[in-house]
Amino acid sequence: MKTGHTTMRKLRSAVMKLPLMLTCREFEDFVLDYFEGTLPTKQHVIFDIHLMVCHDCRSYLAAYQRSVALSKAVFERLEDPVPGDVPEDLVEAIIAAKDERYRRT
Amino acid sequence: MSEPTEQIAVNQDYAADGNDLERAIREHGAAMLWVARRLLGNEDEARECVQEAYLLAFAKIASFEGRSSFRTWLHRIVVNTALGLLRKRKRKETESLDDLLPVFDSDGCRVEPSWRFNEPLERMLERNDVQNIVCRSIASLPESYRIVLALRDIEGYDTAEAATLLETNAGVIKTRLHRARAALKKKLEPLWSRGEL
Ligand SMILES: [Zn+2]
Repeated sequence: MKTGHTTMRKLRSAVMKLPLMLTCREFEDFVLDYFEGTLPTKQHVIFDIHLMVCHDCRSYLAAYQRSVALSKAVFERLEDPVPGDVPEDLVEAIIAAKDERYRRT
Repeated sequence: MSEPTEQIAVNQDYAADGNDLERAIREHGAAMLWVARRLLGNEDEARECVQEAYLLAFAKIASFEGRSSFRTWLHRIVVNTALGLLRKRKRKETESLDDLLPVFDSDGCRVEPSWRFNEPLERMLERNDVQNIVCRSIASLPESYRIVLALRDIEGYDTAEAATLLETNAGVIKTRLHRARAALKKKLEPLWSRGEL
């Protein structure tokens, strides 16, 4: 399987040298703009072509997208509804600190 | 970051009744503590941050114009206070992101396993271990990257807003965000399974 992978990669690296082709390393620089929707049309086309021929970048991009979605969703869930009550000692500490500040000024 | 207009009434309430600190803490304190925890990654500092932010908010309650909701206004003060604390920390960044960034061979080809996502996102969210792994993974990112990821992907600021808050430019924010996401992806890989090519 390992030799299979290596041969595939060699083949891929030959394809990447053709016109309108990116290497995976160059592709990496476009990833953020791709997700932000700010990739200029020409770069977008080149990006899509690479994605079509490159299994490793497809897999990478899927996992990248998935981890962004998961982390956003985890925090949305933690906030909704408001995560529990505010600790009582913190409420008291803030009120005490305010009184303290007022006394000083 | 916009809030429903019905909130406005509540806001003016707070503004008119500036001494109702306790009510403001009870209504928003838990959420603000989460914001501070996410940015600071440390419980003691998160509490210190929330305390400072509330004192600051009530000291300048007169300048609150009700154009955003009280909560949004307070959120921004918490974020700013947290960033101030981080600047004060001036901790040397010893952790490196290098081991977590994508790997390429000598031809510039990516070396990536073939990922399978067998479990729907909704079901993963139900799992406590998933929540823990995500929170711990974000908390363990080097500070300058964690902050950008938290501001952009979690707190909902855009690139320009994050750049203003961190006193830097959009290019820096974008580079850090991409690297932070790539590193987070690497840390979350144990959650997916590997398929055959
Ligand atoms: Zn590729």
